[in-house]
Parts: sequence; structure tokens; C-alpha cells
Amino acid sequence: MNETALVSRPQVTASGLPPAAPKMTIRKLDFYYGKFHALKDVSLDVAERRVTAFIGPSGCGKSTLLRTFNRMYSLYPGQRATGEIRFNGRNVLEARTDLNMLRAKVGMVFQKPTPFPMSIYDNIAFGVRLYESLGQRDMDERVEYALTKAAMWDEAKDKLKQSGMALSGGQQQRLCIARAVAVKPDVLLLDEPTSALDPISTAKIEELITELKNDYTIAIVTHNMQQAARVSDYTAYMYLGELIEFGETDQIFLKPKRKETEDYITGRFG
Amino acid sequence: MTEHTHKQFDAEMEAIRSGVLTMGGLVETQLSRAIVLVEGKADDGVAGQVGADEKTINQMQVDMDLACSQIIAKRQPAAIDLRMVLTVTKIVNDLERVGDETKKVAKKAAQAAQNARLSQVRYFDLSRAAGRAKEMLQLSLDAFARLDVNAAAEVVDLDDEIDAAFSAIMRQLISYMMEDPRTISPALEIIFMAKSIERIGDHAKNIAEAVVQVVKGIDVRHATAEQIRAEVAEE
Repeated sequence: MNETALVSRPQVTASGLPPAAPKMTIRKLDFYYGKFHALKDVSLDVAERRVTAFIGPSGCGKSTLLRTFNRMYSLYPGQRATGEIRFNGRNVLEARTDLNMLRAKVGMVFQKPTPFPMSIYDNIAFGVRLYESLGQRDMDERVEYALTKAAMWDEAKDKLKQSGMALSGGQQQRLCIARAVAVKPDVLLLDEPTSALDPISTAKIEELITELKNDYTIAIVTHNMQQAARVSDYTAYMYLGELIEFGETDQIFLKPKRKETEDYITGRFG
Repeated sequence: MTEHTHKQFDAEMEAIRSGVLTMGGLVETQLSRAIVLVEGKADDGVAGQVGADEKTINQMQVDMDLACSQIIAKRQPAAIDLRMVLTVTKIVNDLERVGDETKKVAKKAAQAAQNARLSQVRYFDLSRAAGRAKEMLQLSLDAFARLDVNAAAEVVDLDDEIDAAFSAIMRQLISYMMEDPRTISPALEIIFMAKSIERIGDHAKNIAEAVVQVVKGIDVRHATAEQIRAEVAEE
């Protein structure tokens, strides 16, 4: 579209945010579960302090892609990735990557809340103790910081000694987000963080995501397309292991460039 | 277009699409009746018929807006579907306005029929402009039915023609009024009708622009025909 066209266009994007620098650059990424080729030549940038959403039908590789960002797949034999994921100046796919440090910097929250069977306080302190030795006062501050970031300090401050397992599903999920935030990561990976939650808890998490992007780079996988439209700045549509379309969320949901994307987001798939 | 996984969603989208065409068809018929009145060839009862058409058109507007609201509430349409629903509400609005303008033309034409002065302006220039407006309306509705963006640029061209015809009628009437004050009253009636016809052209143009919005996802309101052609040509 040339710049001189005189057709009136909206002067601001809905998000109103300027373009952001990439925090992670993924280049020519291929991924294999044994012989199965699950990601094919994926290249994209995950923008710093923005929310990037990954959408696509089941089995399209969106969760697989997320799991390469912090090498989660390395826990399983027979799974391998080739290509490049550049993060803080290093290719995380290199063998010499310190996986513990990587996973502290690239935190992850899963579909089902996974609190540890311990108190709310210890749920958060547990991860911090692995990386830092803080005094009691500093640790108390860190716990408050993390719970505040996860928008549950007010609910949790009077019951820090209670078991994390006793919380509601939505609270457990926010506790997991607090746990990820406590180690001060750069990137948060959210793999369908609300698919097991009721609408109000979902709304709280979505609100939280919008807050968190002031401090963190966020990548979210979701089956809920409206959620992607609501919370993300960039959206990637994946199908059968390929990145079909990647662009600004506002553009993807109003006028996608590829017919495959349009068919999927309008519910014309399959 | 591939079908939605929800077949009911397809049915609802088809209902609003065909609703526009039904409503458009009635507005065209109403306009044809008004043109017969302008030409002074109408039988008794045609003016009443135009008024009755307008009531039906108003009801259709309300029904269509409701159907669109329900789709938004139930389906949360995106991309092409969202553009279509938003466009349908705009087009329905334009069609209702055309219905109003047509009713005004019919009413004035019925009154003017009593007066023989300036009848040649009514019978010839005005009815020709009204015919062009009807063509524009048909063309814009065809463009919507076929989602044809090229027809949209054509409609915009035709609108310039109607605007020019309106100016010509004004000049002509001013000359008559200066020569003979007894023509002032019928001339004013004709000016009101001409203005309504010119507005009908504008509404048809809005409909055509809305078609470009559905198909291309770009807003071409306030653009010239050349700019629209350039945008439409881009892939």
C-alpha cells in the first residue's frame, strides 16, 4: 500500500503502542518429535514488552513452539530442535545453554494450575531460593512483589501460610503466575492459561496479562481467539507446523492477509 | 467462501445479506413509482403506495439492525464476517434514508402535478436525474450482491453526474424565476425534489463504498473515483 494514497485511514492503531524491539528472534526453527516433523522453518520475532499470541487448531505446533523458547522439550528424549532462537545475545538451542538460568529468565505457566503442595508463601519462595539467597525480609518483600504483580496480594496477604492447593482454580493460576514472576524473568510463556478457568477468573488473568506486559515480554498460546484478539499486540496463526501468518493483532482480526487465517478466525475451519 | 463450522452462523449471515437485497429491491420499486409521479404519468393511488412502501422499509431497517445485533452478540464475528455485519447495518441505514427521500419526491411530485408551470423541467430534466439515481442504486446493490469492487468505482463516477445535473437544474430554474415570479413557487418544489434525488445518489455512493470496505477491508469514504480504482486494483 503506497504512502501517497489519499484514502482516509485511521491515524492510530487500536493498541496505540509504538513498534517494539524484538526480545526473542526465532529463525528457521525446525522441531522433531522423533521422526515427526512438528515445526517447519518457523521464523518470527517476539517483541519486547508486548504480548504475542499463538493461535491455530490442535496439533498445529503452537504449544511445541512455546516449549522451544525455554527448552522445555529437553526434558524428553527423542525431541530435538534445529535453527536459532536468539535471546539475550545467545542461541538458546546451543548445547551449552544453562537450562536452569534459561528457565528462570523464560518462565512458564501451564493450562492447569500447578501449585506445589506447600503454603502460598513457599510456593513463591521455592523458585527464588534456587537462584538467590535472600534474607527473611528480602524474601518477604519478594513474595509481596510477586503476589502484587499477579494481582492477588490483597486476597492472599492474610493467608500466606495456607496451602496453595486450597485456593480456587483462578487463584491457583494467578499463584503460578506469581511464582513465575518471583524469579524476575524477562519472558513469560503462558500455555492456555485460562482454558480451565471460569469467565471471571479468565477476565482477571486477561487483565493481569495487560498489566504484566509493562514489565515482561509475554507469549501466549490460546484456543480462544477472542482472547488473542483482546490481550495480544501481535498474533501468529499456525497450521500443521507452519507459521501461516504473523502480524499485528488489529490487522489479523480485521483483515488478515491469508485466506487460511481468515477461514480459521471466522470459524470456517475444517 | 468456505462454510462456517457452525451451519447456523452461515444461515444467519445469509439472512442479513439477502435481507439487504430484499430491502434494496423494495426501495428500487418505491423509487420507480416516484419517478412515474415525477413524469406526471401516475395513476391515482401511486403516491399512497410510495408512502406505504416507506413504512415497510422502516420496519425492515429495524428488523435488520436487530438481526445484526444478534449476530454480534452470539457469534462475535471477526474479519470478513465482522466487516459484513458492520457494513450491512450501514447499508440498511442508507436504504432507509433513500426511502425517506423517495417519499418526499413523491409527495412533492403529486402536489406539482396540479401546476402546469415548469412541467417540462419536471418531465424531462428532473425525471432523467431521478432515473440516473435509480441506476446508481441498482448498480450499488448489484455490487453488494456480487461483492464487486469495480462496480463501486463506477457508482462514484455516476454520482458526479447527478451532482452536475443538480447544478444544471438549479441554474435553469434561477433563470425562470428571474424572468417570471409566478414560476418561483413551482421552481422551489422542483428544487426540493432535485435535492432529494441528489441525496439518493449520495446514499447509493455510500453503499458502493461499503462494498469496498467488506471486500478489501479499506475505508474509501471521502475518496475520489480514481483513488478508489487505485485501491481496488491493489492486491
